[in-house]
Amino acid sequence: MTPLLAMHFPISGTDISPIYLVVTGFLIGILGGFFGVGGSFIAGPALRAIGMHWNFAVGTDLAHIVGKSVVAAKRHRALGNVDLRLGLIMAAGTILGAECGAQLIQYLKRQGNVDFVVSIVSIVIYSSISLFMVWESSRTVRSQKKNRAKTDGAQKGRHAKDESSFAGLTKAMQRIPLWPVVSLPTSGVKAISVWVIIIVSFIGGLFSGFLGGGAGYIRMPMMVYILGIPTHLAVGTDLFEIIISASYGTFSHAIKGNVDILVALVMHTGAAIGAQIGAILTQYFAGPKIRLLFVPLPLVGVAIVTYTLITGHKL
Amino acid sequence: MKPETRRTLVSFLIELVVYTIGIVVYFFLVLHFLADWLEHLSKENIKLYAIVAITLILGQAVILEWVTTFLFRLLRGRSE
Repeated sequence: MTPLLAMHFPISGTDISPIYLVVTGFLIGILGGFFGVGGSFIAGPALRAIGMHWNFAVGTDLAHIVGKSVVAAKRHRALGNVDLRLGLIMAAGTILGAECGAQLIQYLKRQGNVDFVVSIVSIVIYSSISLFMVWESSRTVRSQKKNRAKTDGAQKGRHAKDESSFAGLTKAMQRIPLWPVVSLPTSGVKAISVWVIIIVSFIGGLFSGFLGGGAGYIRMPMMVYILGIPTHLAVGTDLFEIIISASYGTFSHAIKGNVDILVALVMHTGAAIGAQIGAILTQYFAGPKIRLLFVPLPLVGVAIVTYTLITGHKL
Repeated sequence: MKPETRRTLVSFLIELVVYTIGIVVYFFLVLHFLADWLEHLSKENIKLYAIVAITLILGQAVILEWVTTFLFRLLRGRSE
């Protein structure tokens, strides 16, 4: 099927409708600004679905995410949702992880099975994230209702609204006495080992380099549940950190021949306005509700990848 | 529909139309002037292509951030 008003993008050798790219970018921009994620769980499958090879989909998506994150992070910074110290520490771990992920892609490319393996991994990861977040967020919302009833509506304020079901795990992680230990006053974390932050960001970077995007779908939950960062700050800081790590990831993928910058530039035109709208919307929702609304998104990516994998057809 | 909601919706639609026109003109120009050069660069000098790619996307991000903020302020008469 020929895409509507298809244009030829010579670098990746694909024919794609620019309208499709702008609309996809716009929708992903709203999601990114709202949830603090790059939207790669939709952007990657969306590029794959119109015939782009996974290695190009991953690299091009990263490039588009650099641009989108600049817009959304600036907006979040104005809202006071960015912890600069945390973001800079995380960038180091993410860059290391992103390079490992990009090397894995190169290995699979040489083996000739990059499309199949990345499809399967993305289906497993995206489904697991959705299932986990629906479980955790509903549990937190239920527990908040119960607490509110007990205290007769006495709990008020942003902090009380931003609980998670993993408070025990968070406290245990913050008690690890591994030098160097830092405090994150902006995020309300008195002390945490730099190594915990580096490991969390390394895992995020690994997924970023391997599946594309900023991997906010895995880093954002880990920041909330493991590091104990309030959801609004996790969203803003994640976006700030993505600018640094996705820039590195884009460069790394570009020199491996996996980036079609023209596709990324066109997608980003839609994402720029979508990101502004998404960031403004975060002011109207509490933390657990943002997480609960996030749940269906990775499943959209799963549906697209499964369809492409089973039928072998483009959308 | 409440008058306030209607006002917000109308200003958003105007923003979207103005932005869309600007963007269509812009990206056709970009595609027209840059496509051949970028394709050539990606084949001949991949490291320079990578640097140019990052610069282009960051530059576009800064410009579009400025344009969208300007549009938001102009049409709503206040800073969002």
